[in-house]
Amino acid sequence: MSKKILIADDEQNIVISVEFLMKREGYAVSVAADGDEALAKIRAEKPDLVLLDVMMPKKNGFEVCQDVRSDPALAGVRILMLTARGRDTEVAKGMALGADGYMTKPFSTRDLVEKVRELLG
Amino acid sequence: MQRSSLSGQRLVLIFMLGSFLFNYPLLSLFDRARTLFDAPLVFVYLFAVWAALIALMAWVVERPERPERGGN
Amino acid sequence: MLQSPVVISVSFCYLALLFAVAYWGDKRADQGRSVIANPTIYALSMAVYCTTWTYYGSVGRAAVSGVGFLPIYLGPTLVMALGGFLILKMIRTAKANRITSIADFIASRYGKSQLLGGLVTIIAVIGIVPYIALQLKAVSGSYDLIVGYPALIAPKEGGQPVFADTTFYIALILAAFTILFGTRHLDATERHEGMVAAIALESVVKLAAFGAVGLFVTYGLYGGIGDIFQRAMAEPQLAKLTAVAAENRNYATWFSLTFLAGLAILFLPRQFQVTVVENVSEAHLKRAIWLFPLYLLLINLFVLPIALGGLMQFAGQGIDADTFVLTLPMSAQQEVLALFVFVGGLSAATGMVIVETIALSTMVCNDLVMPLLLRTKALALQRERDLSGLLLAIRRGAIVVILLLGYLYFRLAGDAYALVGIGLISFSAVAQFAPAMIGGMYWRGGTRDGALAGLLAGFAVWTYTLLLPSFAKSGWLPASFLAEGPFGFEMLKPQHLFGLTGLDEISHCLFWSFGANITTYIVVSLLRSPTAAEASQATQFVDALKTTRPVGSALWRGSADPAELIALVGRFLGPQRAEDAFATYARRRGVADVKRLEADADLVHHAESLLTGAIGSASARAMVASVAKEEPLSLPEVMNILDEASQLRTYSRELERKSRELEAATSELKAANDRLLEVDRLKDDFMASVSHELRTPLTSIRAFSEILRDDPRTALPERERFLGIIVSETERLTRLVNQILDMAKIESGNVEWRVEDVDLKAVVEQSAAATSQLFHDKGVTLTLDLPPAVAAVRADRDRLMQVVINLLSNAVKFAPAQAGRVVVSLAQVPDGLSVTVADNGPGIRREDQEVIFERFRQGGDSLTGKPTGTGLGLPISRKIVEYFGGRLWVESEPGVGAAFIFVLPLENSRNGTPQ
Repeated sequence: MSKKILIADDEQNIVISVEFLMKREGYAVSVAADGDEALAKIRAEKPDLVLLDVMMPKKNGFEVCQDVRSDPALAGVRILMLTARGRDTEVAKGMALGADGYMTKPFSTRDLVEKVRELLG
Repeated sequence: MQRSSLSGQRLVLIFMLGSFLFNYPLLSLFDRARTLFDAPLVFVYLFAVWAALIALMAWVVERPERPERGGN
Repeated sequence: MLQSPVVISVSFCYLALLFAVAYWGDKRADQGRSVIANPTIYALSMAVYCTTWTYYGSVGRAAVSGVGFLPIYLGPTLVMALGGFLILKMIRTAKANRITSIADFIASRYGKSQLLGGLVTIIAVIGIVPYIALQLKAVSGSYDLIVGYPALIAPKEGGQPVFADTTFYIALILAAFTILFGTRHLDATERHEGMVAAIALESVVKLAAFGAVGLFVTYGLYGGIGDIFQRAMAEPQLAKLTAVAAENRNYATWFSLTFLAGLAILFLPRQFQVTVVENVSEAHLKRAIWLFPLYLLLINLFVLPIALGGLMQFAGQGIDADTFVLTLPMSAQQEVLALFVFVGGLSAATGMVIVETIALSTMVCNDLVMPLLLRTKALALQRERDLSGLLLAIRRGAIVVILLLGYLYFRLAGDAYALVGIGLISFSAVAQFAPAMIGGMYWRGGTRDGALAGLLAGFAVWTYTLLLPSFAKSGWLPASFLAEGPFGFEMLKPQHLFGLTGLDEISHCLFWSFGANITTYIVVSLLRSPTAAEASQATQFVDALKTTRPVGSALWRGSADPAELIALVGRFLGPQRAEDAFATYARRRGVADVKRLEADADLVHHAESLLTGAIGSASARAMVASVAKEEPLSLPEVMNILDEASQLRTYSRELERKSRELEAATSELKAANDRLLEVDRLKDDFMASVSHELRTPLTSIRAFSEILRDDPRTALPERERFLGIIVSETERLTRLVNQILDMAKIESGNVEWRVEDVDLKAVVEQSAAATSQLFHDKGVTLTLDLPPAVAAVRADRDRLMQVVINLLSNAVKFAPAQAGRVVVSLAQVPDGLSVTVADNGPGIRREDQEVIFERFRQGGDSLTGKPTGTGLGLPISRKIVEYFGGRLWVESEPGVGAAFIFVLPLENSRNGTPQ
């Protein structure tokens, strides 16, 4: 059974590229365009990994991360944060909130795929 | 300070108002052989004005102090 | 149950209860847990104003003159409204100068004059003795009545020897009681906390008793207030009692009584005692201002109903109306109520007698006896070690003498007057203090001579027009004195002086005595300028509410030995108390040992103020002068010192102002700093936003480029799609870079504006044409609502087009596909030309309507997801419009649509270059 990945990002073109990459690696992929939708899909589908954008409408990535980590039922969900705001404080904040990994946009597709493999491995 | 002098001025106004209401000629307007609530008009008038003055005085001095704008 | 043993034991039990309360109050005061530090108790203690004169006499007066008894209570009510100024000033002055009586107040104000203090004391004693007699008369009268139950008329008194007269014993008992209350020990501040607590309790008792009898008469004997009035008005004799002008008591009388009572509430010695001397905190005055008048109102509510009820009940029985309060319950066999009423009357009498005699005894001791003793037997006194015992003895003796004088007056004149008549004589006497008191507090020019002359003149006229006639009515003077004038001089008839008629005796006395008093006070004061001592005291009194610190010690120059000063104070206060007082003073000055105190003006002033509390200001000054070598100050020197003091005040105000300015400057600096930090933070935010906006398209571009590079076998349609995305993201990136540069240029002022006459109509039309493809693609209708021609504005044509195109592309972006409608209108408005671009999209929430003009803060977060665009279009557009002196804003109702409006001023076309 292939691992499930949720891509949460409001940038359509980024979603398309990451979706393509993940499908190519053989993962089952679903997509969310804002924070609320992301949280709903995490609860419904219990994905193995969430690729979580920080700057999203309605609920930002930090909030989603926090909500997931405070829900014991979602303990198995791993979170990889993706952000275009690459400041150190934001990386630290994401890790403090319980993210499993952090990547700064723009990223190398190889690094992304490797990181995803590592987190799911 | 500003507030207390304001209530001071209000009290002086009450004093003048009372002096005016309790004396001739205004008093004579109510000094008639008439009754109000079964009591002589002047009796009712004097006590009503009296009570109203006391209520006014209480209102002026007992209102909680509001912080002044840009206060000192 | 109304036999004399019962009545007597109940009375003593009640007095014992009062004493217990007083004892407890003093104990608590010694422990520093004052029971009277309470505004309600303060207000209740002021109700010592209501004596038996109120308790029994008001009904008596109402039975003759209807509502004519009311001015006695309306006057104080009105004066309490002025309490905030007048009483506050008296309290503050008295505290600052350790003044303990009204005689001391006046003496102190006019240069600490012993003569003036003595005169005030004499006037007060002569004026008040009849008032005390009145209390004795009321107590003994009510006692005789109640033990004579069920008879309603007391047996005629008089004729029996003094030792068989109950009144005599009442006077002695009250004297003993007052001594216990007021002179158990000597206090420098002359305050009696226990007494005040007892007085407050008495006020409650007398109000409750009077209320009880009022309710009983009104609702027990009759069917309510309305019933009493209706029945009374059916009888012509009684009907006229309900009018002010009844019984020739005209409005002039009404006014004089109001005026007199208003002065009495300030200047009666007992009122001065409870209001000023016993005041614990100035803040208590606030509640007293309305609570005391309320007390007066309540205690008077039933007076007229009781009077009318009594008149109807006892018609033709010859019962004295002054006794109705007691005889009405007695005639209805309400023995318990009658006893309660008796106790209430006792309360009213004892309260008055205690406070009044304590106040008078302080005055007699400090302002009459001590100065005389110090003068006549100066040497003998100097040798005496501890004089505090002597002081107490003098006061106790004064109490006994005053009460015996009261008894004497009662014996000789008691029957001539009803209760109210006697009271008004006293009121008129103390009213003579008003010019010297009020003038002294508000007029610097008043001098000792003026005050002396004014008081003497007023007092003389009072004696002649009121006191002597009362003697004549008692038979001590021939009746012809009243009827024909002294020695037959018609013009000098005491109650119709110089032929003045038409006034009642009180108004008549008030007119002449006040006229003489005020005129003499002012004229004599103006005969010479104030002396140094008068000027310094005048300044302290008149500026009492301005100065924060008494200037007293600044006005003394000389040398003294501290040990001598302490010994001097010890002689009057007792050595122990004096040592304590100086030890406290030394601690405050930061000196460890009393012996090391510096003998400076401040120490001398402290000693003097300690003595002032015990023996009055005038004697204190004389005593201090006996041990300290004072170098007299001349008037110019005093004026200099006072000027310095006021300069010092000016400096300190200046200093306060400076420090306020500094504070303001500091807070401005802090605000500026905060603004800078905010700017810094905004810049930081801006950089983060720019970075985010640039990285986002770069992410897609890099991802797709790598996908295409790594996997050459990607299917052709996908390859084309990916390349398309790369191209469009590249365009987005270009646009973004251009706009960021544009924004930066505008903000730094590096834009080259081409200012020319621009036809806005043409700009709108061309912008519409440039964006028509966008509208067509999305199926949105664009309507132009343009006038035939408009005036030109001065602006940069290309920049304006940039604005309109930005607004149009925003509108089409948010308008719904196919059903979308966008209307552009151009119109002349008062402040120029306005262009409105309205769409029927989702609209913008109120809280977002300003946010969207900030950089990178796009709208539509919650409604449409992320809109395409850079987030710089609107901020740039606003900058452009503002550059040309216009405004750009949005009006929107969420769900209905949004209208972006900008207005450009037309003046620009005339005024040339824009700002």
